[in-house]
Amino acid sequence: MCAQMYYRGKMFGFVHLYNGQEAVSTGFIKLLKKEDSVVSTYRDHVHALSKGVSARAVMSELFGKTTGCCRGQGGSMHMFSKEHNLLGGFAFIGEGIPVATGAAFTSKYRREVLKEADCDHVTLAFFGDGTCNNGQFFECLNMAALWKLPIVFVVENNLWAIGMSHLRATSDPQIYKKGPAFGMPGIYVDGMDVLKVREVAKTAIERARRGEGPTLVECETYRFRGHSLADPDELRDPAEKAHYTARDPITALKKYIIENKLASEADLKAVDKKIEEVVEDAVEFADESPHPPRSQLLENVFADPKGFGIGPDGRYRCEDPKFTEGTAQV
Amino acid sequence: MTVREALNSALDEEMSADPKVFLMGEEVGEYQGAYKISKGLLDKYGPERVLDTPITEAGFTGIGVGAAYYGLRPIVEFMTFNFAMQAIDHIINSAAKSNYMSAGQMNVPIVFRGPNGAAAGVGAQHSHCYAAWYGSCPGLKVLTPYSSEDARGLLKAAIRDPDPVIFLENELLYGESFPVSAEALDSSFCLPIGKAKIEREGRDVTITAFSKMVGHSLKAAEILEKEGISAEVINLRSIRPLDRATINASVQKTNRLVTVEEGFPQHGVGAEICATIVEDSFGYLDAPVERIAGADVPMPYAANLERMAVPQVEDIVRAAKRVCHRSVPLAAAA
Repeated sequence: MCAQMYYRGKMFGFVHLYNGQEAVSTGFIKLLKKEDSVVSTYRDHVHALSKGVSARAVMSELFGKTTGCCRGQGGSMHMFSKEHNLLGGFAFIGEGIPVATGAAFTSKYRREVLKEADCDHVTLAFFGDGTCNNGQFFECLNMAALWKLPIVFVVENNLWAIGMSHLRATSDPQIYKKGPAFGMPGIYVDGMDVLKVREVAKTAIERARRGEGPTLVECETYRFRGHSLADPDELRDPAEKAHYTARDPITALKKYIIENKLASEADLKAVDKKIEEVVEDAVEFADESPHPPRSQLLENVFADPKGFGIGPDGRYRCEDPKFTEGTAQV
Repeated sequence: MTVREALNSALDEEMSADPKVFLMGEEVGEYQGAYKISKGLLDKYGPERVLDTPITEAGFTGIGVGAAYYGLRPIVEFMTFNFAMQAIDHIINSAAKSNYMSAGQMNVPIVFRGPNGAAAGVGAQHSHCYAAWYGSCPGLKVLTPYSSEDARGLLKAAIRDPDPVIFLENELLYGESFPVSAEALDSSFCLPIGKAKIEREGRDVTITAFSKMVGHSLKAAEILEKEGISAEVINLRSIRPLDRATINASVQKTNRLVTVEEGFPQHGVGAEICATIVEDSFGYLDAPVERIAGADVPMPYAANLERMAVPQVEDIVRAAKRVCHRSVPLAAAA
């Protein structure tokens, strides 16, 4: 649906789709409490949805409307939700990892220094295979293990960083091995199977919650579409794509449910229909939502608006009545 | 009180007032601070609030930002702001822009502090001035204290501020002592962010400066006084937001302007002040604005070359005379 809307011009800029990787997001995030945090990358729509941000808010944000989760100011790559503790949405790869480590640090600080004894919040940092060659990744593995922070580093290894194959970019492609080098367990899991991911996630999250420190989990997964909607996706071998399409996590779960008699075909069809309705409703809502007003341009640059300084009349600029109309001179 | 003591006392008071404030950086704990600014804080507040980090600027700056998202108030110390370039992604992209990108959901009450600009003979990679770089980025507040009173008041304001603040100190000023009023010693003392201070009143020419250059400008003003030129020296204190009102009011009084800074001339703070004056006070100017800046070269090591690369008192005096009398053509570039 996102792709359709993009090609119809309702969405613009960079949009990165998550098709094929859903098992990782669902397997991990559905185990979290509301107070736990998730930090993601630009491929964050599904992380936002899994964490509880409504489909309407996500779709509106993608359309750049004022009813989006960030009032249209963030966009596809910068989804934030304070209520759901979704800390973004970072465009630079590796940027989210230190921020996630900071969120985990806060959890520990609150428990030990501010004496909030029941604060056992865990943070999940999601990132890709390309990020695992970036300096910030290693810096944070070190500090998280050093200070025993309640964080799980989740690598969504989809084998490709735009057009750079993981094998061409990495000296030792087995990412999970980098965990023990820093003193934390490194686990490898089949990221196309949501139940296997959930098992591993449970262990890692509970380890963090108990205060035993971080874990590095490498999930083997695949993105069915290109890196972004602007990516022609010419470099990937069709045979490889076919191999992973056959392991589509959603189809696999459907099969499992039916085989184990957990629900019937009819039940699943009803779920499918419901999802379609939610998506259609989200698109309609986003379509009908208003664009941000002019005054929104200058808002929220600072939490303390006096940061715009003093105007030529000697008073704070934010006190100028034209400021909220977006016409004050800054 | 020396600037070092002023900063130390400000940190101490803010940390004791609010348990959410913590300090992290390289050598801030057991080493008592690379420049001894955080002396005694580890013993007083313990290793959980005064964190010695590994040498990972990008990593620990990001950790500070993540902690700030959750309402803690980190003070991230960079050994010098040159090293902050390793972390500039987090300063700009995660800290400065977050409140805007999240539409007000995530504000970042963080302070990045450390020495900025040239020291003595430390070479090109340790002498860069970042005032103009950070001053151009919306979402940041950039402060440049000069005296001990500035250091105390502005650091306290920065720590209490709900937005990311870049606090540019100067290594050569740490040891300098300034008189402080009793009001400044009070633990609730705070200076407003975005207001410049007129250090010396004058009638003939306005000299704007920040950080170490304020000292040079004041000395230049004394020399000019003897030659019959009354200079008004403005200590900018805040690069972003820039106190355009005070600068404009001063130029409208004196009709002449000399901007002084230590950093590189192109796209520098002086360039911005010049543009502001042209926009708001063009009719009041009796002479073109003079920009004094560091030489447009990476900082050389040799002592005599370094002296030529940084503005000296004589340069400010010459520029003020040029702008007052136009007796000598505008100096050529380096």
